[in-house]
Amino acid sequence: MPIVPAGLSRSVARVAGWASRRAGRGGGTTLPGVVLLKLRPQAVAELTPRLTRSLTISATNGKTTTARFITACVEADGQSVVANPAGSNLLRGVAAALLDANASEHATGVFEVDEAALPSVVDQLQPDVIVLMNLFRDQLDRYGELDHLATIWAEMIASLPPETIVVANADDPTIYGLVAHRENTITFGVNDVSLARSEIQHASDASTCRSCDADLTHDVVFIGHIGHWRCTKCDLSRPEPSVVATTIELHGLDGSTVSGLTPTGPIALELSLPGLHNVYNALAAAATAHALGVINPVIAGAITDTKAAFGRAERLTLDNRELTLLLAKNPAGVNENLRTVMLDSEPLHLYIQLNDRTADGRDVSWIWDVDYEVAFDRIASVTIAGDRAHDMALRLRYGGFDTTKLTVHDSPAAGLDAALAKVPDGGRLYSLPTYTAMLELRSVLVERGVAGDFWDEA
Amino acid sequence: MANVRLCHLYPDQMNIYADRGNIAVFRQRLAWRGHTLTVTEAGPGIEPSPDHDLWYLGGGQDRDQTMVAEDLVQRKGPALRTAADNGAAMLFVCGGIQLAGHFYVGVDGEKLAGAEVLDIETTAGDTRLIGDLVIQASIENQTHHIVGYENHAGRTKLGSGVQPLGQVISGQGNDGNSGYEGAVRDHVIGTYLHGPLLPKNPRLADQLLIWALAHGGQTDVALEPLDDSFEAQAHQAATIRANVDR
Repeated sequence: MPIVPAGLSRSVARVAGWASRRAGRGGGTTLPGVVLLKLRPQAVAELTPRLTRSLTISATNGKTTTARFITACVEADGQSVVANPAGSNLLRGVAAALLDANASEHATGVFEVDEAALPSVVDQLQPDVIVLMNLFRDQLDRYGELDHLATIWAEMIASLPPETIVVANADDPTIYGLVAHRENTITFGVNDVSLARSEIQHASDASTCRSCDADLTHDVVFIGHIGHWRCTKCDLSRPEPSVVATTIELHGLDGSTVSGLTPTGPIALELSLPGLHNVYNALAAAATAHALGVINPVIAGAITDTKAAFGRAERLTLDNRELTLLLAKNPAGVNENLRTVMLDSEPLHLYIQLNDRTADGRDVSWIWDVDYEVAFDRIASVTIAGDRAHDMALRLRYGGFDTTKLTVHDSPAAGLDAALAKVPDGGRLYSLPTYTAMLELRSVLVERGVAGDFWDEA
Repeated sequence: MANVRLCHLYPDQMNIYADRGNIAVFRQRLAWRGHTLTVTEAGPGIEPSPDHDLWYLGGGQDRDQTMVAEDLVQRKGPALRTAADNGAAMLFVCGGIQLAGHFYVGVDGEKLAGAEVLDIETTAGDTRLIGDLVIQASIENQTHHIVGYENHAGRTKLGSGVQPLGQVISGQGNDGNSGYEGAVRDHVIGTYLHGPLLPKNPRLADQLLIWALAHGGQTDVALEPLDDSFEAQAHQAATIRANVDR
């Protein structure tokens, strides 16, 4: 293909996005990026000078929420932000966001980036800060294998300029193993051992040391393989984090209170998002904001004011019942969702939607790695819908669940009706949809006039 | 009441494709009929007794597979070959089938010796074979439509000492072009089908249990039919998925 001038390429890309939106075909957010990269493969590198600084956020779980926290911190610090919309997190999503950026705004680029796409995005974007939060097993059909991701991240880190700051999770041995010997690294983690799980969960994805291949051992486990770990042979172990939560109080679905420390002193966070996983997201954001020079009171205020992204512990009311949406896309995430839901003292009513489309992962075997069993004796009813609803029914049946408490339905709407009918008046229903199932459920809710605050973003 | 003795090889290392689902199927389908399953977990360093009726080895990441391969050959190989020759039931899934053969050459070119239970050779290709997979198999003169999901770089060639488990109806199978999926000898099955395999294919699960019971001298134990309606519907959904070009 002949080289198309940059300016013309950008105009063509913008028109493509405009035309797509006009035609009502959707895709208006990613199409400009697709077109631009087709015409100018190095478009992200070419457009990066429009930003004064940029950062990437990558993880199996928590990208979207952490990007929201970081955006809030940067904006509270008086800087403007250019970000890619949630879910549009490949190179083209970053390209589309940059296309809309204006150099005169001196903006900070805050980009959540797909794990597999991260090296190519970093190569072009040359971000000032790279945030690496966790690696769990997820959508194996798309990524090949977890170790492959860790390997390409290791290669990426080896080729970074020394001045690039890496923000890394000290409690995830896979992540910390990548940066253990690197200067200019800021770590975050949890010191409050009162939140430890009694044993390592089934979906644990790091059993051996990345440095010497010997077995790892955990003194404390918080989520999956995340906790206080050390190698049984070499001296690699979880470091004392630079940004750390010293005491955490979980308030069920209402959020949590966190006392912590950053290199500049104490920090107190009041989260309105529930669960320990969101504490980790907040710590990652606090560490990143600290790296960007934001002071602790500003960080604390911004994180406290941040509300749920669509489908991430969002609460809605319909038919005089409270519906809580808990995006359920991989074992570690669902295990955390279950842990959160079990903080409710009432008998639990669950509505599980399992799809197997590209964005969900076509291989549904991941549901067998979720420890649903921990909630069995608390569950009053389960309602199941989705493309692979019967796979979910089998998962529960072979786990020993009483299948008389379970019904399977053809459509998201029929499932929602059936699930609501099982919940007493004034009670709560917990919805655990995969990504595309969450979008389907949103359509159903929109049709019924139930609106959330952030739905335009999803 | 009958009991089946299962030896689960490397449950902590080789479990990436929901292998515990297959174990749960063995346990529950016995329990619903008033029988029991005892499980020996044979991790690195353990030399299992060749007396087990049923053996299982699941899939792992390449890194884990490399770490268990030598232990498998040295500490499990003799017991596995003895048990296979004595008619024990065995299921090797995904990474499991790759390590059950003569050798496995990984993506990085490293050659791992296998347990020599199946007359097969596996070499990783440049691409991964990924997607829904449906095969037709004939086991003990019964036709089985078996559904699942495959995700493997390895290309497996069959020797004269094995038969394919089945013919590929939809998907890639052993190597993407032979039309064969899996390998069988005696009561030993190797396959790339996961998902996990057994919940959606309960007749295959029962066949393995019948073989295992026979190995334990419990040939008079009948496995009465169960209500497999969820299984049938999940099987149907997987079949439809495999036939949709996505």
